Amino acid sequence: MRSVILKTATRLVSALVMVLAVYLLWRGHHAPGGGFIAALVAATGFALVALSEGPAAVRQGLRLRPSHMMGAGLGLALGSGVIGMLAQRPFLTGVWWPPSGVVVGTPLLFDTGVFMVVLGAILSVLLALEET
Amino acid sequence: MTNLLIYPILLPFATAVGSLLLWRRPALQQTLSLIGSAGHLAACLFLLAAVVQDGIQVLAVGNWPAPYGISLVADHLSVLMLMVTGILGTATALYARGEMAISLRSQGFHALFQVLIGGISGAFLTGDLFNLYVWFEVILMASFGLIIWGQGRAQFVGAVRYVVINLLATLLFLLGLALLYGLTGTLNMAHLHQQIMTQESHGLVTAVAFMFMAAFGIKAGMFPLFFWLPASYHTPPIAISALFAGMLTKVGVYALIRTFSLVFLHDTATTHAVLLVAAGLTMVTGVLGAAAQNEFRRILSFHIISQVGYMLLGLALWTPLALAGAVFYLVHHMIVKANLFLVSGLSRDCSGTLELPAMGGLYGAKPFLAVLFFIPAFSLAGFPPLSGFWAKLLVIQSSLEAEHYTVAAVAVLVGLMTVYSMVKIWIEAFWKPSPDFGPDQRAIVPSAWKIAPVCALALITLCIGIGAEPVYQLADTAARELMAPQVYVRAVLGGAGP
Repeated sequence: MRSVILKTATRLVSALVMVLAVYLLWRGHHAPGGGFIAALVAATGFALVALSEGPAAVRQGLRLRPSHMMGAGLGLALGSGVIGMLAQRPFLTGVWWPPSGVVVGTPLLFDTGVFMVVLGAILSVLLALEET
Repeated sequence: MTNLLIYPILLPFATAVGSLLLWRRPALQQTLSLIGSAGHLAACLFLLAAVVQDGIQVLAVGNWPAPYGISLVADHLSVLMLMVTGILGTATALYARGEMAISLRSQGFHALFQVLIGGISGAFLTGDLFNLYVWFEVILMASFGLIIWGQGRAQFVGAVRYVVINLLATLLFLLGLALLYGLTGTLNMAHLHQQIMTQESHGLVTAVAFMFMAAFGIKAGMFPLFFWLPASYHTPPIAISALFAGMLTKVGVYALIRTFSLVFLHDTATTHAVLLVAAGLTMVTGVLGAAAQNEFRRILSFHIISQVGYMLLGLALWTPLALAGAVFYLVHHMIVKANLFLVSGLSRDCSGTLELPAMGGLYGAKPFLAVLFFIPAFSLAGFPPLSGFWAKLLVIQSSLEAEHYTVAAVAVLVGLMTVYSMVKIWIEAFWKPSPDFGPDQRAIVPSAWKIAPVCALALITLCIGIGAEPVYQLADTAARELMAPQVYVRAVLGGAGP
């Protein structure tokens, strides 16, 4: 299916979807949202591109194999837990920079890890299905 | 607070991360996986030492105190299970090192394998029922990936049955969780122990208890929900099916023991009586199913079911001796059963098939292999002084003490039938002359990567059999902890609790 309408719409919509995904990831800190739902939203953006431009375009745009993305994400999530351990606290304890409590902390790192694992898992299935 | 509890979960997942990042370097992945498995075993042994020395260990993950956050709890039962997980993980990783070169090419194997080990470790360590559900999902996903490994058609049919019935079990589990949370407002197991005691409507709690029993019963291969197991366990590669046979149903048994010794104690007259009947029927159907089979791994699969019956019997009798028997049985069975599956792989290497009528002559061609089969097989059947003898003795003795004579008689008879099955494999595969067709068995030498873990597991079986006392002491301590849940509750909630 190579429709001009779909292609043009995808160019607009997929960018918007990505922005929404990042917003959801950031917002998940104190409000509904988070890495999992953000990855689902981001995956719909990639799915649109895969439908209109073909899976090869997605692979080229990603520059990262979905399996590597899963691995890196899992590593990030584990790493955010290990940071808590390095601070002599139980695994996964939140650590904040600067310690007085600004928004940047290990929970965001953990959520980013979740985002990458979920996105990597969905994309590896999606691209494999599109390619066969 | 001790971070020691996180390592058995953290190390396998870290190894999985490494294997995913090394996607294009299978040889490095292989080495990393072996190192990761050895590290996991070491972490489990450290934790075992800590628990034996200082009693129950608790970690409030994320520094959120129980019952608000998720607690990891290691008591004697947990660390014993973890220790065997470490041993089997390392043994099957070694075996896979030998098998991979022949039949596996693709790269995701090690990541899935390590995620499975991490998921199993998490299930043994968690002190929170919802977290247990999450670990079950992790295990299910990883094991589904592994069970379709190799992409054979028969494998896929078995895998679909496996995943459908297991999804049903997790659905039941989730429904039970929702009802339980609605009733008590908590899913921390120690807190649940307190809350259920104060519940007024016991009938509702009993109904929820049966939902959990059905969910875990499916996982454990309990009668009448076992049929998925022999349909799927004989198809994947040997290392995978050995790990599954050793570990997966036993996670279900562990979950049954944990919930029915800590959470659902409000009406043991009903719940444990149903368990008793189910245990007896599980033993009988498993062993009868095995008698009808003629394929090496299928026979072994049916015997998993009958052996699960013995463990459930130990739980159902609900005495310290019976529980100690169940725990001893778990430890013995996991090692022996995984080893038998590995031996079936060595036999297949030599005779080219696992269909018993087409096998034969292994005793003449490979006497050492015959010894390696003999030890776990007759330990499974309960020959003294091998480990299975003590395990069966404990369970049967406790059922006599509890004056459940019918069940004791069933247990003895099922033991005899197990001997029949093992003798059948012995005669067909090892004793009878080799059929004319097929390869020259003497010329085939399985790789050392495969023989080493089989020898190690056989040695462990011998050690548990001859030096049964220390293992029994550990099992006995575990049983006493299970019979006195106040210690567990105090360790998790601290003092009187909220």
